[in-house]
Amino acid sequence: MGETHIAPALGASRCSHCSTVAFPATSLCSQCSRPAMSPFTLSTRGTVWAYTVQRFAPKSPPYVPPPNGFTPFAVGYVELPEGIKIEAVLECHDFDELDDGAPVTLIATAPVPRFATDACLKEIR
Amino acid sequence: MSTVSIVGAGLSKFGRQPGKSGRQLALDAIASALTDAGIAWTDVQVAFGGSDGSGLADTLVSELGLTGIPFTNVKNGCATGGSALVSAVNAIRSGAADIALAVGFDKHPRGAFDPAPEDWGLPVGYGEAGLMVTTQFFGIKIARYMREHAISAPTLAAVAEKAYRNGSLNPNAWRREPISAEEIAAADMVNDPLTRYMFCSPGEGGAAVVVASEAAARRLGGRPVQLRGISAGTRRFGSFEVFGPSIQGRGTPPSVSTSTAAAAFEQAGLGPSDVDVAQLQDTESGAEIMHMAECGFCEHGEQEKLIVAGETEIGGRIPINTDGGCIANGEPIGASGLRQIHEIVTQLRGEAGARQVPGHPRIGFTHVYGAPGISACTVLSV
Repeated sequence: MGETHIAPALGASRCSHCSTVAFPATSLCSQCSRPAMSPFTLSTRGTVWAYTVQRFAPKSPPYVPPPNGFTPFAVGYVELPEGIKIEAVLECHDFDELDDGAPVTLIATAPVPRFATDACLKEIR
Repeated sequence: MSTVSIVGAGLSKFGRQPGKSGRQLALDAIASALTDAGIAWTDVQVAFGGSDGSGLADTLVSELGLTGIPFTNVKNGCATGGSALVSAVNAIRSGAADIALAVGFDKHPRGAFDPAPEDWGLPVGYGEAGLMVTTQFFGIKIARYMREHAISAPTLAAVAEKAYRNGSLNPNAWRREPISAEEIAAADMVNDPLTRYMFCSPGEGGAAVVVASEAAARRLGGRPVQLRGISAGTRRFGSFEVFGPSIQGRGTPPSVSTSTAAAAFEQAGLGPSDVDVAQLQDTESGAEIMHMAECGFCEHGEQEKLIVAGETEIGGRIPINTDGGCIANGEPIGASGLRQIHEIVTQLRGEAGARQVPGHPRIGFTHVYGAPGISACTVLSV
């Protein structure tokens, strides 16, 4: 059986009563406290809500630095149209690319969600 | 509601104290608070307290005296001291006791606070990817806030500069050397836009407060400070907190500080404009700026104007963190909330020496905020 390339997607949950979206998925709605959550797949495109730059290497363990060693990286929240902001590592060439609500696309879901700017995405794909 | 007064407040020394345990810092603070109240441990009828990582408060009875009183351990992160005080006040209000004690203490080593993802209900991947770093949250929150409300980077440095300057006037502070805004701004960037000198550090210290009923306060004489309002709360739907894999809902996240401060003011029948001196959680300088508006002391975006005009300095219209706050005193998690109370009590009594707010301040306010979205506030008056 050949390998199928599946585009990354974040599995969340959505309340059938009040439409609240939760990530990671929950069984109880944190807005209305009803056990009415069903599986829901989030959009893969959003905008940068806010970010910072991790300037120093986090403590290892638990941090696993990349094979070529630590370099500063951006981390922030991506606002999705479903009404939720997702914490993610943000891939870019230049941190300034992330300013002013830059559009970003999901490129990985593990170990944490990872989004890339359009400029960065061109290179990856 | 019956009147509750603070009749005693005490601190241990803050900052590094090699060879001294966290429990000993708690005992120093309790001894100082009891002396201040003019009472002995045998007069205390109920106690509440805790630390984040330095042991159980109720074990202190072996050094204080085995009087048989109920002593409840509190573990509530940065709100530990505040939550202990809420319980002590409620014990007085309910009539269960006339004299109650709250204590908070901690002794964190350098570089403490190593959160494990599993303790926060997160997949291990958050640790592997380098996202279990507390300071990232503060950087992200203030970065967004500065963009939305046109606050500039020099204002972040100005707040930290004030903290070190006030610390230099406070004999009990850990950091007693003033640092210039230029040096603060030029220090190593930790998480943009926050540099190393803009953050508080894990520290050491103990703080204790004795509260009493109206009758007991009268009997004791002394210099009681009235507790006009006290409130504690947890986050509501949609809030933005440390180690949150998401922020739910649309629009601006609500703040637990806003609802908790409003509840304390409502109980007191007073408002932020009545306050003469305030203590606001300053985990880093951006937090103090945001908490000014979240607690109702100004509109969002008004902070820069107030700070540049010196209004939050000792001698300004609303002096904030006159003892140097967490930035100059360090953050012993269990102790900070009660350190704030001690500072306001000292200011309202006019005993703050070189850092005394002029003009006889009559009304004070305290605010703690911590992970994951907890807050405690008080309104005090003389």
